[in-house]
Amino acid sequence: MSDTPSSSTPRASGRIHFSHLAATTAPSGFVGRVHEPLRRARPVESRPAILGARGVIKSYRKGALSIPVLQNIDLEIGRGEFVAVIGPSGCGKSTLLHLLATLDVPDYGEIFFEGNRIDNLAAAGRDILRNRYFGMIFQAYHLLPELTMLENVLAPAMIGESALGYWLKRRQYRERASEMLRVVGLAHRLKHKPRELSGGEMQRTAIARALVAQPHVLLADEPTGNLDKATGEEILALLGRLNREQNLTIVMVTHDREIAAAADRTVTLVDGRVQAA
Amino acid sequence: MYKFLLCWRYLRTRYIALVSIVSVMLGVATLIVTNAVMEGFTDEFAKRNNGILADITFESRSLDGVADADAHMREIRRVAGDYIDGMSPTVVVPAILGYSVGKDYRTLQITVVGIDEESYATVSNFGRCLQHPENRRDLDFLLKDGGYDTVDFQADDLALAAQRPAMVNAGWRWRRQLYREHRAAIAPPGSLDGNPFSRRSATTSAKQYVLRAQDPLTASAPEGEDFDPMREQHIGCVLGISIGSFRTSDCVDHFLILPGHDVEITYPSAGKPPKPLSAKFTVVDFCDSKMAEADSTLAFVPIRKLQELRGLIDPSTGVARFNSIQIRLKPGADVKKVCSLLRDNPNFDPFAYAVGTWRDKQAPLLSAIHLEIILLNILLFLIIAVAGFGILAIFLMIVVEKTRDIGVLKSLGASGSGVMGIFLMYGLSLGIVGAGVGTVLGLVFVYYINEIAGGVSWLMNTPVFDRSVYQFEKIPTTIDWLTITLIVSGAMIIAILASILPAWRAARLHPVEALRYE
Repeated sequence: MSDTPSSSTPRASGRIHFSHLAATTAPSGFVGRVHEPLRRARPVESRPAILGARGVIKSYRKGALSIPVLQNIDLEIGRGEFVAVIGPSGCGKSTLLHLLATLDVPDYGEIFFEGNRIDNLAAAGRDILRNRYFGMIFQAYHLLPELTMLENVLAPAMIGESALGYWLKRRQYRERASEMLRVVGLAHRLKHKPRELSGGEMQRTAIARALVAQPHVLLADEPTGNLDKATGEEILALLGRLNREQNLTIVMVTHDREIAAAADRTVTLVDGRVQAA
Repeated sequence: MYKFLLCWRYLRTRYIALVSIVSVMLGVATLIVTNAVMEGFTDEFAKRNNGILADITFESRSLDGVADADAHMREIRRVAGDYIDGMSPTVVVPAILGYSVGKDYRTLQITVVGIDEESYATVSNFGRCLQHPENRRDLDFLLKDGGYDTVDFQADDLALAAQRPAMVNAGWRWRRQLYREHRAAIAPPGSLDGNPFSRRSATTSAKQYVLRAQDPLTASAPEGEDFDPMREQHIGCVLGISIGSFRTSDCVDHFLILPGHDVEITYPSAGKPPKPLSAKFTVVDFCDSKMAEADSTLAFVPIRKLQELRGLIDPSTGVARFNSIQIRLKPGADVKKVCSLLRDNPNFDPFAYAVGTWRDKQAPLLSAIHLEIILLNILLFLIIAVAGFGILAIFLMIVVEKTRDIGVLKSLGASGSGVMGIFLMYGLSLGIVGAGVGTVLGLVFVYYINEIAGGVSWLMNTPVFDRSVYQFEKIPTTIDWLTITLIVSGAMIIAILASILPAWRAARLHPVEALRYE
């Protein structure tokens, strides 16, 4: 694991630094563009946390009916922390994860990343955040069925780069993606399509995809939900290893206390509120 | 990059979408074939028209014409000499043609064109339409001994060309036979009684219309005591081939008149009021311009003789009057520009002269063909438009099927426009495939159109393309690459338009809802 590029690049504290990405994956011009929407965000006081939510309220509307999901959530996730968010079904934990990942916007409140407010960013800025700084894995793996494992892992790079930019650095990207698949133990499955793989293998591929862009935070939504116990434990062990060895910040949503036990810290959500520990 | 990759994978895995472009393909192919045939007919029409008519006709508005062709040609050359290749004065006059078939004297309305043999060859392809090889080289209005073509030499494929077996007798031999028999008896045994159909009973082969020696025109008074029709001819004239012949469905031409025959032309004299005058002419050749109208109405005679006969020559000065000047332009010259140069010249009073092209003369037919082409294109393009709705429906289905993948792409940082791009590119690819295959199909169809017509004729047991009706041996086709480019672009634009709505819906999908979609 120590030979992976991510382990050898320093992670800056407080502010986002792109230099390590520029060196390995992204061209400098592209990085300059990445930084622009983030800079436009209203700067707030610097926090030690890498990711946080303050006073977040979210409800779903169905016609005139409003269903409150998250009610005044305050949450801070420290750098390198492995946090499990647990709670019963419907308590809003997946919604919280989507808000943290900028897939959705809160009705009220703010989401912070590296000390910057990110919930009010323009769509382009949020796209770049998801592409470069957040890695996501899902309960149903969500691999693209038309692509091979290697192509699935390459997807974030293809999305983040222009066609020409990707083409020029395709060798570099392919090496990195193969390396990630090797890290998750799937070096022999590069050319396979998702339907030819087991659930555990698919989830490991999803993890490789989430990590290929060297994100700052991994957001996992019930990553073991569809897996048997043994395979689920394997995945948890992999996440734990990544957290320890690469100092990767992980936010994992689960309804299972046993699985949550693998995390450093557990945040319990009940009826859209954080329950005091 | 992911757009190209996904678009390519969708193309390879979604066969239902490929089915939707079959109608694009068929629409493009049909449009290409239809346009090729229509343009082929138009081109052939233009070629044949231009063969007998010059590029520009400078006409007097009076049948009696105006004096001094040379002065007029000098003025035309002064105004537009840079564009002009050749000019020839003509005298054009309506007339009645009379000829005898057996005891029967027949009349026919024709147009007599007096031409200057030398210069007329420089303005039209008239010479190339003649039936005797020597006349094609150099027309002298003299009857030949024989050697007239017995097949339509202008046909591209001589095996399919019209047969003219009777022409083997044409010339002096025919003339001498005519007059020998006339002298021997007024109505020799076995000769015609004037009704060509009664010939069937007189001959062994019922289908062979054989022109036999018959009472020639000399039924009317001979020209002079010393005129010997066995050795002498009247003024030569060239008749349009359909005036004295007809074609049967087996593509054989049968003749009522052959070169060697004498005909009588009645024409109006110049003067106030015009009086009918008659003169005898000897048919020396036929003109086969492939233009039904010209071939069934035009008779060509030497211009000087016609001017003399009509009294168009001023006896004191010897200056002759003429009707029109045929003008051939240099290749690539702008016809409209030369027309307007001539019309705008103050020396050419518009009340006295008319300037026009062969297109002006054929304007009603040309505009009808043009309208037909436009309507056909609109109707056939609707096929492609209907195919567009097919693409739209299938794309909406694919977007629904791919909802979760769209959510995944967005969670990986793909922008709305990026997702939209996948489906627009997909639509464009389908358009390219459909239009491409359709183009190939259309071109192959056009290339083998005669074989296909033959096959369909064989299957249906009736000729699809009747050679004797159209006067073409083959279906004429012209491939215009500009038209094909327009058709292909149109098909692609429709494919893209049809994918805009599904692509826009895909782009608008909320990532969280898309991810939750089952």
